Amino acid sequence: MKVYLDNSATTAVDKEVLDAMLPYFCEIYGNPSSLHAFGRNAQKAVDEARAKIASILGAKASEIYFTSGATESNNWALKGAIRASKNAKKHMITSAIEHPAIMDTCHELEKEGVEVTYIKVNHEGIVNPEDIRAAIREDTVLISIMTANNEMGAIQPIAEIGKIARDEGILFHTDAVQAIESQPINVDNMNIDMLSLSAHKFHGPKGIGILYIRSGVRLDKLIHGGHQERRQRAGTTNTPLIVGMAKALEICARDRDRNNRHMSELRDYFIDRVLNEVPYSYLNGGREKRLPNNVNMSFGFIEGESILMTLDLKGIAVSSGSACSSGSLEPSHVILALGVREELAHSSIRFSLGRDTTKEEIDYTIETLKETVDRLRGMSPLFNVEKGTGSYV
Amino acid sequence: MYNDKVLDIFANPKNVGEIKDADGVGTVGNASCGDIMQVYLKIDREKGIITDAKFKTFGCAAAIASSSVATEMVKGKTIEEALKIRNADVVETLEGLPPQKIHCSVLAEEAIAEAIKDYQKKVSGK
Repeated sequence: MKVYLDNSATTAVDKEVLDAMLPYFCEIYGNPSSLHAFGRNAQKAVDEARAKIASILGAKASEIYFTSGATESNNWALKGAIRASKNAKKHMITSAIEHPAIMDTCHELEKEGVEVTYIKVNHEGIVNPEDIRAAIREDTVLISIMTANNEMGAIQPIAEIGKIARDEGILFHTDAVQAIESQPINVDNMNIDMLSLSAHKFHGPKGIGILYIRSGVRLDKLIHGGHQERRQRAGTTNTPLIVGMAKALEICARDRDRNNRHMSELRDYFIDRVLNEVPYSYLNGGREKRLPNNVNMSFGFIEGESILMTLDLKGIAVSSGSACSSGSLEPSHVILALGVREELAHSSIRFSLGRDTTKEEIDYTIETLKETVDRLRGMSPLFNVEKGTGSYV
Repeated sequence: MYNDKVLDIFANPKNVGEIKDADGVGTVGNASCGDIMQVYLKIDREKGIITDAKFKTFGCAAAIASSSVATEMVKGKTIEEALKIRNADVVETLEGLPPQKIHCSVLAEEAIAEAIKDYQKKVSGK
């Protein structure tokens, strides 16, 4: 049996999305910037896609900018806003659990003299909006908080944070990459000034995303060149991927409620069974305010990458927050931010469900996981198989 | 990123377990770094030959595969020969490890050396 439980890494392209894209490779291949009919036909598809995406987000079409994906969108939002600011000193606020596309960009801005405050989260992985309010200074240019976390699925109080930012006259950006599939977003109701998305997280193609920029917000350009995207983001307009992204977002919004019900039911079943049936198993993050497709658990006395690799041998794809799987020395900064001890952060596994995940797949995964944990505990110097107990000392 | 040889050894590691009356035990690494390797050696004191080796490892696939290879290599070797085993020999048997996993083979070399040191301490103490 092959089971894909890494939907937070990427998703399969929807067949309807693929069909929508296909005419724009070999038939309607003109450059949308060209004046002739070939170009105009492509431009028409791009305009429609932009309008569709805008209406789903409660935005205006002129506020949607196409990018190569959320990493570029996040880079542009942060660097663009900071560099466009006229403040003599510049400060921004983000959280301790952001994706590397935000974290690494912040570290780059720090080299330019920007001061960054990283707001801590509670043990459920949630940012307290009051902590953000308290961190605001005279020179705060920007607040960037993810809509939901990619590793342990904590959904952040974005609307409240947006309200604080609006009241204080500070720009508010959110990386909504992981949230959009399950969480409806309205940029006006949530006081969002900038929002990043990647199509491949919601059954669209890889290599395409958007940055929503509220009209009136000034950002420095990140990519220089031609006059595409109202002169704000250069590069030949990627018609097929844009069409595919719009289609994927349309399907995502259309089927959201049904998919959420399906995934959250399977998620809860999964968590309950594993906590009951696997000794020394722990859920990372809270059960409320959690993405419907996210399960993140740690397993005592064994290491995460070896769990991942053993499951892989049985056809099950998951990801791990262990240092070993990322190639760094530190385990996941997100799992550590929850207050989880390092040893257990090394053993964390993310199972990210998809809209097509079945109960049979979950049952197979749980049974295989139990065998995997037993096998690795049998090899672990920290676990006594006869007694069925372990110790880290 | 792992080659088939590493995956195969990880899936079917040899010498997993403990030796209850081991002549030397070596433990290296720590849990907060994500790797602990424990090697048990049975040594023929007359001949100075390693007659059996087992391991218990908390760690990634490369750490488990390195433990299997290293314990397999020392069996039948004299202490002097076993001390000459380098992490590069472990990597070679594994037909290569990703760069960030080389430290797993180093741990295996160190665990063997620690177990021998433990044995030598016991012998000289008597």
